Amino acid sequence: MSSEKVKRSVAGSHNPTRWGSIWQGVASRPLARHGLFAVIVAAAVLVFSYEVGAYTDYELTGVAIFAIAAAGLTVLTGVNGQISLGHGALMAVGAYTTALLLEWHSNLLMILVMAVSVAVTAITGLFFGVAAARLRGPYLAGVTLTLALALPQLALHFSSIFAGEQGIPINPPAAPGWLGVNFSLEQWLAWVAVAAALVTLVLLANLLRSWVGRALRAVRDDEVAAMLAGIHVGRTRVIAFVISAACAGLAGSLFAYWLGLAAPGGFSVILSLQLLIAIVIGGLGSLVGAVWGALFLILLPNLTGSLATAFNLPSSISNNLPQAIFGAVLVLAVLAFPRGIQGGLTRLGGVGLARWRQRRPLRGSG
Amino acid sequence: MKRRMALRWAALAGLAAILAACGGATGAGKKEASAPGITPNSITIGSTQPLTGVAAPGYDEIAPASEAYFKYVNAHGGVFGRKINYDYLDDGYNPSETPPLTRELVLQDHVFAMFSALGTPTHLSVVSYLNAERVPDLFVSSGCDCWSEPSKYPWTFGWQPDYTIEGKILGQYVKQKLSGQQVGYFYQDDEFGLDGVKGLDRQIPSSSVVSRQDYVTTNTNVGPQIAALQAAGAKVVVSFSVPAFTALALLTAATLNYHPTWVVSNVGSDPPTLAGLLSSFSKGAAGGALVAGMISDAYLPLVSDSSNAWIKLFKGIVQKYAPTLPWDGNVLYGVSQAYTLVQALKAAGRNPTRATVVKILETKKLTGGPGLVPLGFSQKSHLGYEGVEVVKAGASGSQQSAVSPIYVTTNTGKITVYQGKATEPGSSGVPSN
Repeated sequence: MSSEKVKRSVAGSHNPTRWGSIWQGVASRPLARHGLFAVIVAAAVLVFSYEVGAYTDYELTGVAIFAIAAAGLTVLTGVNGQISLGHGALMAVGAYTTALLLEWHSNLLMILVMAVSVAVTAITGLFFGVAAARLRGPYLAGVTLTLALALPQLALHFSSIFAGEQGIPINPPAAPGWLGVNFSLEQWLAWVAVAAALVTLVLLANLLRSWVGRALRAVRDDEVAAMLAGIHVGRTRVIAFVISAACAGLAGSLFAYWLGLAAPGGFSVILSLQLLIAIVIGGLGSLVGAVWGALFLILLPNLTGSLATAFNLPSSISNNLPQAIFGAVLVLAVLAFPRGIQGGLTRLGGVGLARWRQRRPLRGSG
Repeated sequence: MKRRMALRWAALAGLAAILAACGGATGAGKKEASAPGITPNSITIGSTQPLTGVAAPGYDEIAPASEAYFKYVNAHGGVFGRKINYDYLDDGYNPSETPPLTRELVLQDHVFAMFSALGTPTHLSVVSYLNAERVPDLFVSSGCDCWSEPSKYPWTFGWQPDYTIEGKILGQYVKQKLSGQQVGYFYQDDEFGLDGVKGLDRQIPSSSVVSRQDYVTTNTNVGPQIAALQAAGAKVVVSFSVPAFTALALLTAATLNYHPTWVVSNVGSDPPTLAGLLSSFSKGAAGGALVAGMISDAYLPLVSDSSNAWIKLFKGIVQKYAPTLPWDGNVLYGVSQAYTLVQALKAAGRNPTRATVVKILETKKLTGGPGLVPLGFSQKSHLGYEGVEVVKAGASGSQQSAVSPIYVTTNTGKITVYQGKATEPGSSGVPSN
């Protein structure tokens, strides 16, 4: 009996209760920890979606979509060090796959359509990753930029299949019957998008904590050392491309449902640049940073739009003011937070925690 | 170091405040009333317009012109005491920008109705949504015949003559007055251009059409298309294009020393707009002179006809309430559309709901507006003006004059001459019923 007591206290737990050991079990396993966090966030979003209006649900869907795309891009760019200016085009692949599938059979199951879009975009990412595996830095950026410019042109050129500039319309997904006939379409799509985002983030978080994540970082930090350690550099770079393409495909599929349209105008070079902005502002290499970046991307244009109309300016100025304000805020944000919002928060939190620790006496001392 | 930390805290606080403000601005969720957008003092209507982008030249004047007319009406008692609030947002003529803006208008701003939403490809991206949400979608600024499907889109109504009707009447003019000459088509590669071509093909024999060239709004290089029309020997070019692309086509043809007779749809042929675009695209080398002799069509009084009572009324209103706007076809369009909306709102009575406005448009004939022909709304058709007259730009390229009687037709029926008389505005300038 006494040996058990000794065992428990030696185990380092100063919470010798059953809940304490469950908490220890969860905290030490990344999958359980991330999953628990995701469940808590999901519950909070569920409650939130009932409290707010349909337009906020609509914006929440947009945030979730960009969070998925930004998370994939931050794995590629932040964790693996490959710059991609072409992720808007990969989102277009996902969106058009969804649009064409629904054009073929309008009542396909949403999760099936999303899965096929992810697969098709991942395969596109595979081809592109293999082609670009030997390129570094500005050369890779240039090649991905051509992807961003050329892919929407395919839609215009083969306009009989892809419906040209007008695009392919998509009906909004209906909520399942058990939610009631009048369930808000915006709220249903918000639930689907947030669920998809949480699943993606949990999977990516686990991936980054595993040997794959370590290999990605190793290849980013020092290719020669990684090769000497036995990591296949080319294969790792392609894996990063495929993962980020799959995320872009999922985001693109949801984007098509969200807009109700798959048209080339929605996937210009600007979209690819906006995703880059999102991950830099949010915090490069950080998944939570991808979420901050997505929030920034969706919420700031709304604010700048209403600011612009608040002053009575000539129309040539007030029409273009939102973009000018966006640019100015961007510059200020990068100056104040060079490591992104998440970097800034971590630093502030770290400094705060250090100061708090300084004032508190250490446990067990004296 | 400390200053940097302070800056970071300040920026974080600012960011949090911004996000909180955005969250607060969207408002709590509440179910919509039977007449959203209507209060005892106001009616709120919404629109999506190309205020920036490739379609902005010319078209960005339409919404401010409508707003000028609403200000006039508001200053004269409004609609049964309610002031009209016009909330229009910029979608840049990009069909991917229109859906979020439309949802903002419907879900956040709670507009009573959409009005004058501009663009064929842009509005096609939201028409199903608006009808699913049962929002009156009045007087779409586009002539696509897609807006007249009462069984599929019961809440959507056109206003301007549809492109197929325009194509038929212009095609008949080409067949009769420019017979024997080879014809080329230049059109936008979407429903706008395709509907116009459909109408043209119903009149112009296919043996006369030697070349069909299309363009997309994202590619401003129309050299290949104009060169192809020249190489095919087209002496007449019929164009369904937005003003910027009409100007590009004219300029490109001039640089290639190609001078066909231009026949251009009403939406892309306004002489003052074209003159301004030609001058700015060519950096002053060319101007309105390139527009001389251009054939087009009209369904409203001519912009330059200062003896017309409607022109006098509308020009005065624009000069008073929107003095920065020029006086041209786009401004006339915006004011006339606003007049029709006020007619519709007044006809719906003192307590309008979304359903009653739609019903009144289908059952009551709105008469007495500035149009040369009647509006064709009924339970079976949501098409707007039923026809046009053909006009020609003068030698200076700045004024248009009529060169044909006023015709009316349907998409598939015969073309007949309209026998009705033009109406005069009432003394107040506000529709009486």
